[in-house]
Amino acid sequence: MEEPDTEPPLTVVPGADPARTQLCFEWGPAEMLLCETLFGRRGGERRGAPGGSAGPAPTGCGVAGGGDGALGPSRVFVVRRDQDIYMETLRKLFNESHGIFVGLQRCEEERAARARNAQLVQVSKNYRSVIRACMEDMHQAAISARDSALHSQYSIQLCFFQVSILSAMELIWNLCEILFVEAAPAGPLLLRLLDWVQLHICDVDNMVREVLGSENPSKHKLFWNVVDIFVLQGRMDEARHLLSKEAIANPTSMNMYKILDDLMKKMPVPSLGNTQTLTEMELKWQHWHEECQRYLQDGTFASNSHMESICKILLGDENAILEKKELMTTWYHFLVTRLLYSHPTVKPMELRFYAQSSMDMFLGEESNPEPLDTILMAAFEFELHQVIKECSVALSNWWFVAHLTDLLDHCKLLQSHNLYFGSNMREFLLLEYASGLFSHHSLWQLGVDYFDHCPEYGRVYLELHIERIPLNTEQKALKVLRICEQRQMHEQVRSICKIMAMKALRNNRLGSALSWSIRAKDAAFATLISDRFLKDYCERGYFSDLDLIDNLGPSMLLSDRLTFLGKYREFHRLYGEKRFSEAARLLLMLMTAHIAPCSFWMTLLTDALPLLEQKEVIFSAEQTYELMRCLEDLTARKLDKQKFQDDDVETMKVEMLRLALARNLARVIVKEGTLEGS
Amino acid sequence: MEEVCARFVSQKISKARWRPLPAAALQPPDLFATGSWDNEDNRISIWSVGDVGSAGLNGEYQGEPQLLCDIRHNGDVMDMQTLSASHRWENAHYHADQYTACGGAACTGVICNNPEIVTVGEDGRINLYRADQKDAVRTIDNADSSTLHAVTFLRTTEILTVNSIGQLKIWDFRQQRNEPAQIFSLTGDRVPLHCVDRHPNQQHIVATGGQDGMLSIWDIRQGTMPVSLLNAHEAEMWEVHFHPSNPDHLFTCSEDGSLWHWDTSTDVSEKPSFLHQGGRSTAYFSHSTINQSVVSAWLSNDPTKDRMEITNLIPNQTLSVNTLDVLGPCLVYGTDAEAIYVNRQLFA
Repeated sequence: MEEPDTEPPLTVVPGADPARTQLCFEWGPAEMLLCETLFGRRGGERRGAPGGSAGPAPTGCGVAGGGDGALGPSRVFVVRRDQDIYMETLRKLFNESHGIFVGLQRCEEERAARARNAQLVQVSKNYRSVIRACMEDMHQAAISARDSALHSQYSIQLCFFQVSILSAMELIWNLCEILFVEAAPAGPLLLRLLDWVQLHICDVDNMVREVLGSENPSKHKLFWNVVDIFVLQGRMDEARHLLSKEAIANPTSMNMYKILDDLMKKMPVPSLGNTQTLTEMELKWQHWHEECQRYLQDGTFASNSHMESICKILLGDENAILEKKELMTTWYHFLVTRLLYSHPTVKPMELRFYAQSSMDMFLGEESNPEPLDTILMAAFEFELHQVIKECSVALSNWWFVAHLTDLLDHCKLLQSHNLYFGSNMREFLLLEYASGLFSHHSLWQLGVDYFDHCPEYGRVYLELHIERIPLNTEQKALKVLRICEQRQMHEQVRSICKIMAMKALRNNRLGSALSWSIRAKDAAFATLISDRFLKDYCERGYFSDLDLIDNLGPSMLLSDRLTFLGKYREFHRLYGEKRFSEAARLLLMLMTAHIAPCSFWMTLLTDALPLLEQKEVIFSAEQTYELMRCLEDLTARKLDKQKFQDDDVETMKVEMLRLALARNLARVIVKEGTLEGS
Repeated sequence: MEEVCARFVSQKISKARWRPLPAAALQPPDLFATGSWDNEDNRISIWSVGDVGSAGLNGEYQGEPQLLCDIRHNGDVMDMQTLSASHRWENAHYHADQYTACGGAACTGVICNNPEIVTVGEDGRINLYRADQKDAVRTIDNADSSTLHAVTFLRTTEILTVNSIGQLKIWDFRQQRNEPAQIFSLTGDRVPLHCVDRHPNQQHIVATGGQDGMLSIWDIRQGTMPVSLLNAHEAEMWEVHFHPSNPDHLFTCSEDGSLWHWDTSTDVSEKPSFLHQGGRSTAYFSHSTINQSVVSAWLSNDPTKDRMEITNLIPNQTLSVNTLDVLGPCLVYGTDAEAIYVNRQLFA
């Protein structure tokens, strides 16, 4: 077993006080139940009911349980781990990314490597745009909440906190996309990193806007800051544009500006296409570097400290760059700037050295790296597993790691790694995420597809989770059933149908209950319901739910009792339609073929009475003998069972039947004799 | 599909309905209502679609979700109040998927024909209300032994219901007996029917959708079996709708995440003749003299299949499309992926 290398964080459940009462707990699929026990309780310290949440950590929801008078009620707390699942604004993220995820799983493998790579990059970009959209929504919501002043300070803070989390997620994802998914080679790598920095360091954008918006930009006190920012981010054209304004305002130093402008224009950049080789690029760059060096040494810019520092930056002077620390705000900005001006053709594998030294230089001795820094550093070091591990620890949801790991797995970057539990890391994370979805009252539908794409344990998880979904409407039950049927999960189909049938039965909806048990092919339950139908019939004298029983069709064969029910109803229909001989034949068949349960024979024989008493003869002599045998069988069986419990009604019925049978036999013998004679 | 705009609403949508327009209106509909399901607090929301002039990328919607609405079936009064409270929306359909305390049963379908409102439920009960009366005008207990899934008006006094054992029933409120006037059923296999719609002009043509995704077309004047069975979706068909003013077009949506557009008007020569007939009077007066081609559009079997054009409007959807509604050139549909989509140029 691996030892966890960090202490698990402490979660305080608001309202629960272990000092006051002993607590006990029970694990659930995605949450934990915590309850107060009677053990060791001291009375008289009762506190108010716990409030809602108290921090980004799991929320405790207080629910008052059964009380015991003076000591105050015991309470049960639900502790949820994956709290982000319950954020309303994040549901958009879950839903949209679900679509992307499913699309990614579906796209076929056998493509050319290049097209495949482009496709994966596109998928990665889609994920990022979903994060961005979600972030913007949340930002809007936070701002409008702040403006309307209706919401508590806490919820607004939480909102902004979420925005910062999302933005960090996007930052990490983007870096992973550049380094792992796209795997940009030396040259383009730097351009990608520049884009990355430009996209995410947006604190400076306000400053830029302020300066450019002012009447006379070149006189603005932040003018040189903005120029520096442009240079540091490699946005040469914008920097030159600003400088040209300054040049016009200062005709005396026009020459100096021209030279700097020329240097900036000539700066070689790696090209995206294959138009130049790396060596070509390096040669050009060397040449340009020397030119810059020359201008700096002969003191061309000595009269203007700003321009001199820019020239130093162009030369990749680390101290000059570090002087602009406030403008860069982060160490990874420093790293990219440093690479841009000193190692523009950096190879992916060399990144780790520059990254480490940049971080050390930028942060200095005094501060500890934050989780985000360690994650980014791990990415620069190409330590994939470290990235995922750090993200799992630092982020409060499984969404990020699950999707990122899945994407990286599709890039075939994770195959070698096996966990000492479960199957592999991708599957483990997907299972965790999907389990979280299933604990949500509404998002469970999304979880199904994630389980589907976990080859090893997905199905077992799905089976266990799907049975636990509360089925409050038939429509929901139908949706859950469809999920199970599509995956041939017969056991679950049966259990869902049984639940629904039980519900219907409890509501006295026999027809509905029967439909459900037919759907589940649950013979035992169908028998039970058929018995209820027959019992109701015996009590009331008429059938309910005729539209169903009359249309059973082949499903009648599901259970013997159901067959009997259907056939018995058919007898009644025939009788009603005055097709007596067919009815008589069916009635007899029900007994002789032992379709009817013995307890019902008496009823059947009683049903035969009116047929026996009809004016015309219906039962043939042979049929009458059969009937008589049935009656004798029945009475014999009765006698065996309850010798001394004779009851009058029963005896009278038997007597009446015997009489009717004898009379019928007499008539039929006469009739058959006459027919044969004639 | 650029003309389709989507919006994620953070709740699974069970119903969406356009606000009905007066018959003479020329402009497309601009308001619709949605209802959600399976949420801790479900909502009925009303959305507006901005006019075409301001149709930007994001500025298209200015939705104001309005307060949630619980429809309980056993507490029938609740149902009633909900409908009268939203009197403006009386002609929209609210299907409640909300749940009641134990013992209650879900109301699965409701249809309005001012001032009458009919509801059906899982308990197999049919209720008739009037918008101006607090209590039910008529209740048919145990109207159906199984769950009633949907209801629609056939004529002013007659309604059609479909149930979970594959039967289509006609009920006539003029009759005092609590039994259906007529029962139609699918053959043998009793596949549950989930939705029903009636041809807007030719009232004898009825379309239903079943659990196996099959579209059935019925001619209720004759026989007890469907005239044609069309293999359609792979899973439950949740809704079927004839286009109200252009009934050669039919729309169906399903649990398998697809939405199909059935078009029988592909034969160009017939289309104008049909439009000029003003269907209703024709259907009413002269069943025999009706233009054969018009009848055959939905009713005749094999030849039309060749002429029927079917397009799937959602190519890559995965989760169920629970609801759709068409009005004029506009289509709205809602999904379990918590999104609503509006297509404003249906016939473009």
